[in-house]
Amino acid sequence: MLAYVVRRLLIMIPTLIAISMISFAIIQLPPGDFLTTYVAQLSVSGEAVDEAELDSLKNRFGLDKPIYEQYVLWAWNFLHGDFGHSFEWNKPVATLVGERLPLTILISVCTIIFTWLVALPIGIYSAVRQYSWVDYVLTLIGFIGLATPNFLFALVLLWFSYAYLGMSIGGLFSPEFADAPWTAAKFLDMLKHLWIPVVIVGTGHTAKFIRIIRGNLLDELRKPYVVTARAKGLSETKLILKYPVRVAINPLVSTIGWTLPELVSGIAITAIVLNLPTSGPLLLGALMSQDMHLAGSFLMLLSMLTVVGTLLSDILLAWVDPRIRFGTREGV
Amino acid sequence: MSHLLEVDNLKVHFLLDEGTVRAVDGVSFAVDKGKSLGIVGESGSGKSVIGQSILRIVPQPGKIVDGKILLAKANGNGDSELIDLVQVPPHSRVMRAIRGRDVAMIFQEPMNSFSPLHTIGSQIIEALRLHSDVSPSEAREQAVEILAKVGIPRPQYLVDAYPHQLSGGMRQRAMIAMALICRPRILIADEPTTALDVTIQAQILDLLKQLQQEFGMSILFISHNLGVIADISDDVLVVYFGRVMERAPVDVLFKEPAHPYTKALLRSVPGIDTPVRTPLATIEGTLPNPLVEIPGCPFFGRCHECGGDSVCRDQPYELTQIDERHYVACPRICIRT
Amino acid sequence: MKTDPQKEERYLNASTRQLVWWAYKKHFLAMVGLIAICGLYFSAIFCEFLAPYDKDTRHFEHVYAPPSKIRVIDHEGRWRWPFVFGTVMDIDMETQAIRYVECPDIVHPIELWVRGDTYYFWGLWRTNIHLFGVPKPGKIFLFGTDRMGRDMFSRCLYGSRISLSIGMLGVMLSLGLGLLFGGISGYFGGISDGIIQRVIEIIRCFPSIPLWMGLSAAMPPHWPSLKVYFVITLIISLIGWTDLARMVRGKLMALREEEFVLAARFAGAGHFRIIFRHLLPSFTSHIIVTVTLAIPSMILAETALSFLGIGLRPPITSLGVLLKEAQNVTTIALYPWLLIPVAFVIATVLAFNFVGDGLRDAVDPYSR
Repeated sequence: MLAYVVRRLLIMIPTLIAISMISFAIIQLPPGDFLTTYVAQLSVSGEAVDEAELDSLKNRFGLDKPIYEQYVLWAWNFLHGDFGHSFEWNKPVATLVGERLPLTILISVCTIIFTWLVALPIGIYSAVRQYSWVDYVLTLIGFIGLATPNFLFALVLLWFSYAYLGMSIGGLFSPEFADAPWTAAKFLDMLKHLWIPVVIVGTGHTAKFIRIIRGNLLDELRKPYVVTARAKGLSETKLILKYPVRVAINPLVSTIGWTLPELVSGIAITAIVLNLPTSGPLLLGALMSQDMHLAGSFLMLLSMLTVVGTLLSDILLAWVDPRIRFGTREGV
Repeated sequence: MSHLLEVDNLKVHFLLDEGTVRAVDGVSFAVDKGKSLGIVGESGSGKSVIGQSILRIVPQPGKIVDGKILLAKANGNGDSELIDLVQVPPHSRVMRAIRGRDVAMIFQEPMNSFSPLHTIGSQIIEALRLHSDVSPSEAREQAVEILAKVGIPRPQYLVDAYPHQLSGGMRQRAMIAMALICRPRILIADEPTTALDVTIQAQILDLLKQLQQEFGMSILFISHNLGVIADISDDVLVVYFGRVMERAPVDVLFKEPAHPYTKALLRSVPGIDTPVRTPLATIEGTLPNPLVEIPGCPFFGRCHECGGDSVCRDQPYELTQIDERHYVACPRICIRT
Repeated sequence: MKTDPQKEERYLNASTRQLVWWAYKKHFLAMVGLIAICGLYFSAIFCEFLAPYDKDTRHFEHVYAPPSKIRVIDHEGRWRWPFVFGTVMDIDMETQAIRYVECPDIVHPIELWVRGDTYYFWGLWRTNIHLFGVPKPGKIFLFGTDRMGRDMFSRCLYGSRISLSIGMLGVMLSLGLGLLFGGISGYFGGISDGIIQRVIEIIRCFPSIPLWMGLSAAMPPHWPSLKVYFVITLIISLIGWTDLARMVRGKLMALREEEFVLAARFAGAGHFRIIFRHLLPSFTSHIIVTVTLAIPSMILAETALSFLGIGLRPPITSLGVLLKEAQNVTTIALYPWLLIPVAFVIATVLAFNFVGDGLRDAVDPYSR
């Protein structure tokens, strides 16, 4: 088991390097750089451009150096926790990231928990009572959940609650807590708003999950060990939950990590519609204005989240499945 | 003398979209204490369904539609009471108490018969603790004990092994251990050796016989392998198309078979003294369509002895006794007699 | 119950395609999905003819008009051929919202085969015949109009043409890439497999929306729409090929150990022939299923990007572009018909999912 973990950690390193290079490359794609955008903005608003200021900015951000040097500089700083400086916001990127990233992670984790809590019982019921009308109804609802993209769901929900309930559900905090320091009350307020993006982003995933669990469980229910358990005298409910469900869940454990990119993606776009203070809207703005350090760091961090997440879920799977943990046979 | 298990005119039907399949169509037999009954038949004859019916674990869409299954169940006072298992609801506490304790079952695929995610020890202990109030440590001791009895080496270590860490033969032994830990009076063995290679087969059969002696239990052994049946049974039931064709003590059946089907089966087994290059004997034809009801003999058309006599095909007939403990269901014999 | 010997005969002799079709027909939802998709693609192909107006025609006096009510009974209680009432614009003093009042004495019957806006049918014929419409000066807006007075029904039809075509094109590209890389990876294994697998893993680590945002923000705003269309399709398929590649790789790895491959090798077949003639046909059905299920994610991806403003841009009209104009909550609250493209998107995605599921069940003989 230890060897397995060490091996995965070692593979992670070139992956992370590649990710950093791709992130950097993407930032460089738009023609020009931050300065050209800045100058364009200034000229549009009618302000004059100061040559000296431009030069000092160039120097400060190393924009006159060749590309690979810029990359190395950026990567080196990144490793040391210096994520650079945001041109647009004029703050260190680390501060901005610190404000937004934890929220993204929180919503992701809550969504994962929500998905499992909802999908598991429904999936199990669907498989055990196959072809009942409840199964059909749930499958249909599941399909609709799958088919409705997050942001459209958010849009419709926004409209519905505004038009018919007179509520405005955007944002993560009520106005009075928005800039206040963290207190228990603020936390509670956040929870009241948190369930909305969690439900919106979670629905699509829950639908997919239900179908996978249903499929896996249907396969397992046909297997001999279920019959053995029944022949021992176990009650139906107990034996279903203890044996085939456990086996059916296993393959899903390792997919927890891989759902992270989709989750982050879904959260990003939902956040834009609902105006949530997560990384998505900030990233969009940074990309549009070519705020290199901010955009690059975000892309890098979000991808790293996935890499770490997959590692954790693979470890979880190895821990939970004895066939992986004790690979070799004792051979009697 | 009353029997330990008596099955009377059991009928199990499967209701499919295409029609009704009469998987078991009027089967009767009895099992006595300490004796083995072998149930032999080809694939699709319904023999497994008989075993499943006794424990009421016939899979959907199967249903017991008629008949009685009378079990002499031990009640607490050292006495036995007769209980008709057909009348007991399959998911009730009564039935669940019987499963594993009074009647236990072992199955064909030891590979997949254990949950891959739990140790065999925990699964064996579960079988024990479902039916008796022992402490976990006491249960573990008993599990190690029974693993030793079935011939598993180093049982105190292997009790914590996972199924995939054991070989096929070991897993089958473990399954036997799990079935016997509550000392059931009847063990139903549904093709337990079919998936094993021949040498292990012999070991398992010897083990079963030895345990039968030691625990004084009865065995209902279901197989399509005549050799295995001959080895382990005291009495044999020949089943075809859901019906009993012949029932006899084992040596009588093999030496003086009365039913044409039994005779054809025995003919098709190559013997060690069969001359070289003799073509293998077969039974021509195939099973009749299971959706169509046949009032007469289902072996009609494949039988060498009826000579196309329509009496065999159309006339219903009964299982008839032709000798002490020898019964046959053949229209030619029954209707004539 | 007797089995019909003739039917049994037909069943035993049927080709694979027929067997699949018969199994597929049994699925109610899958058939519904199939009909829906045929309908959607039909309307996409013939959208100029089916739509009463051009997508950009502005009706200045009917800005933010609600969907027209089709009636059969006029204000005197008489039954008539289906018609709409003429409407007059009015402004609600309280909310500043635009309202329309129906004039019961102005009747515009709905006609078929109407002469309306001129268009080029597939860029070839010049004609102005539309399936239905009302004679001037009447207007018929089945889905209402937007803030520039453009007919939403027509725009939805034109929009789904773009969205559906991007779906198809994107999937074709993804399929090509997936087959290529999955094929190499699965068939040859070894180092090439290792490299391709790492690359796929790395691509999968990136959250898709931020990645698309990045690639798409790289497009200069002054590019011509057609170029944008193709680049967006390219971007979407560049991310989507990984799933197909993994599926192809998995299947090939399992199949290449099969004996029929060995037999082909010993008979002297080269790698190319083995892959195309022997291996691929055995899982064509799985490819079709995966592709069918991939189309909706392409359509959703384009919709998401255009909705955010970094995808397609006017004058190209896709369902996503239509929805971009429905971003403002207060506007939607006043004029909810602007959300109708959502129904189109959901219907399209649902239909493809039903069809894909039905295909998957029909094609796998062991699934039931």
